[in-house]
Amino acid sequence: METLEIIKDQKTAIKEPVSISGSQAVLEAFIAEGVHTVFGYPGGAIMPIYDALYDYNDKLEHILVRHEQGAIHAAQGFARTSGKVGAVFATSGPGATNLVTGLADAMIDSTPVVCVTGQVFAHLLGTDAFQEIDVINITAPVTKWNYQVTDATEIPHILAKAFYIARTGRPGPVLIDITKNAQIQKFDYEGYTKCEHIRSYRPKPIVRKQYIEDAAKLINEAKKPFVIFGQGVILGRAEKEFKAFIEKGGFPAAWTVLGLSAIPTDHPLNVGMLGMHGNYGPNVLTNECDVLIAIGMRFDDRVTGRLDKYAKQAKVIHLDIDPAEIDKNVKTAVPVWGDCKETLPMLTKLIDKKEHTEWLNKFHEYTKKEIEIVIHDELNPKTDVMTMGEVIKVLNELTNGDAIIVTDVGQHQMVACRYAKFNQSKSNITSGGLGTMGFGLPAAIGAKLGAPERTTVEIVGDGGFQMTIQELGTIMQYKVDVKIIILNNQFLGMVRQWQQLFNDKRYSFVDIQSPDFVQVAKGYGIAGQSVKDRKDLKSALQEMLDHKGAYLLEVMVGKENNVFPMVPQGCSVSEIRLQ
Amino acid sequence: MSISKNVADVSHSPSGIGGKLDFTITVYTENQVGLLNRIAIIFSRRKINIESLNVSPSEAEGIHRFTIVISETEEVVKKLCRQIEKQVEVLKAYHNTNDEIIWQEMALYKVPTDIIAEKVKVERLLHQHGARAVVIRKDYTIFETTGHREETEGLIKALEPYGLIEFVRSARVAIIKASNGFHEKLKEFEQTEPSEELVENEFLDKQDEVFTM
Repeated sequence: METLEIIKDQKTAIKEPVSISGSQAVLEAFIAEGVHTVFGYPGGAIMPIYDALYDYNDKLEHILVRHEQGAIHAAQGFARTSGKVGAVFATSGPGATNLVTGLADAMIDSTPVVCVTGQVFAHLLGTDAFQEIDVINITAPVTKWNYQVTDATEIPHILAKAFYIARTGRPGPVLIDITKNAQIQKFDYEGYTKCEHIRSYRPKPIVRKQYIEDAAKLINEAKKPFVIFGQGVILGRAEKEFKAFIEKGGFPAAWTVLGLSAIPTDHPLNVGMLGMHGNYGPNVLTNECDVLIAIGMRFDDRVTGRLDKYAKQAKVIHLDIDPAEIDKNVKTAVPVWGDCKETLPMLTKLIDKKEHTEWLNKFHEYTKKEIEIVIHDELNPKTDVMTMGEVIKVLNELTNGDAIIVTDVGQHQMVACRYAKFNQSKSNITSGGLGTMGFGLPAAIGAKLGAPERTTVEIVGDGGFQMTIQELGTIMQYKVDVKIIILNNQFLGMVRQWQQLFNDKRYSFVDIQSPDFVQVAKGYGIAGQSVKDRKDLKSALQEMLDHKGAYLLEVMVGKENNVFPMVPQGCSVSEIRLQ
Repeated sequence: MSISKNVADVSHSPSGIGGKLDFTITVYTENQVGLLNRIAIIFSRRKINIESLNVSPSEAEGIHRFTIVISETEEVVKKLCRQIEKQVEVLKAYHNTNDEIIWQEMALYKVPTDIIAEKVKVERLLHQHGARAVVIRKDYTIFETTGHREETEGLIKALEPYGLIEFVRSARVAIIKASNGFHEKLKEFEQTEPSEELVENEFLDKQDEVFTM
């Protein structure tokens, strides 16, 4: 035990090497990197690490989940609300394969997560040993970097490299597979040094001044400039710089699902959501602007619709930290490759202070029409059954836009993103690129632990909730104060909507039966209730928010309601349907 | 990759089939286990066939060099190179058409020794193609040629009627005509401060005469 005390007090290089095990080195690395919460599930191949963890109770909090997928989604939620790197422990074989969905999700949504998986003894590799799996090759396409450690001496610098890669440049998931012998092996530990440079890895460039000057010139000459932004603004911690940029230039700004909350929803220049279920104005006017300024977004196909009919009339300026994204989907006139926290202020300096009132008003006209045809009835329905939109509306009134909203995937996700109110950044946690059902519940656990002082509300559908329902156990064990709203339409809503619109209402296997969610929650010691009448909604939501501790509120909503507007697949953004 | 196809046409035609050209992608990487897979899946994920693959140590110590030949449009190849460079252990990826490189492929031919001893025609054939004997044994002789695909194709066809036992073709190795070697570039990578990097883009390429190196 003495050696542990020495190491815990000294963060960097120590004069006399101490003999520690590989497992202890792993934990020392995590602590040195500022990790204080790990989500994990033990198993045979990772037992030495868990044994070492037993002595680190005061330095490292470990949350025991109910499924490794829950661990990685929780780490994602944690990373998104805290801005730190998420951390996961899992065992070999099935433990590691259960992480794959979460790794793919983190990869496509650029979330920094470091996963440490146990692995069989090095001499058993390739022998089909018990719980042995080729995790490096299985996770190669879904990690930014991965590495297998077979010797304990590698652990400090490999983990340093892992954290550096996960959080720099365009963030992403990293997996380190550590064989059991390396975990047990003792070696002379000389302290931990953070990684600051990898010769083959260039997280961000020195910005080329020419890009900025050319972009500024285009912007200053523009009559109808349109800014579209995504998660890059949040990952780059450039919310302030972004706000200053759009305010100086007077640009209408629209967001992707992952860019939501980078600026407050009620900011005068915030004109709404892009994409398949985005707002009317931003979609239609993309094909009328003359300069399209894309910041920290990657022109995902849900945002662009048909690429051959997307913003063809505009000159595109693309600000992104990943050079592979520039010109990937949309041809740019000016590529501004760099960290937007640096490039935005440079650009702001060179652009003229302007207002584009007439152009901005065009967006307002479309909003008016959208309110008339879609929004009003969604938020103020006259029907007997409730709509998803009105639940969000009442929630906004009660949280005042200060809560973190975590969503699962489906119709409820689109409705929540469209209508939820946000006042501050890092408040919208959702699975964008991969659209993983079941993401919501574990992510909400991580999100709450990543920002404990804020209210965290999870909005989920009856389908998605059942995918990771086991994580109610994690909420129960650690008393995580997550508020869960299940918008129950008794269908796999999004697929049902497509079957209605495109498959002649052939509802093939979308009518899903659910248990009594309130009873299930009760079994987990979680309070809750179910409402189906409008008159009970507000008081139920208030009770949920006021309740000290986790709460599950099931709201029965319209069975065959559809989410509109919609840009059908294969259509141009101009062909957006309002009904 | 059948032998009977007239490969010459596809390789040399400037417009290729559907705008597709032979491109040679040169990648400098760290010598890391598992990196081969990471690079290979970038191609297989897009259902692009790797026609030729060579991996060997480069002129810089500790740095490996991949030479990959595919047949695709320039647009696709540019994007592929950017995706390859995204890999942490990849230093740089270059793409070049056939006229921008000097390349060779090697081939080994196993021929029955009595054929060469008896038929003068065969001996002459081998001389004409610049084949040199690597190994001479009682039953067989192994010859080697180095050159372009069409040359080796020609020799195979010529030898077949005389009883070619076996042949094997190597991958392409190529040197980019306009390159200065990798040592200088490597020094840039070793510096902790990033240097001015350029994004390949038509807009910028019109402004300066810029090579990717």
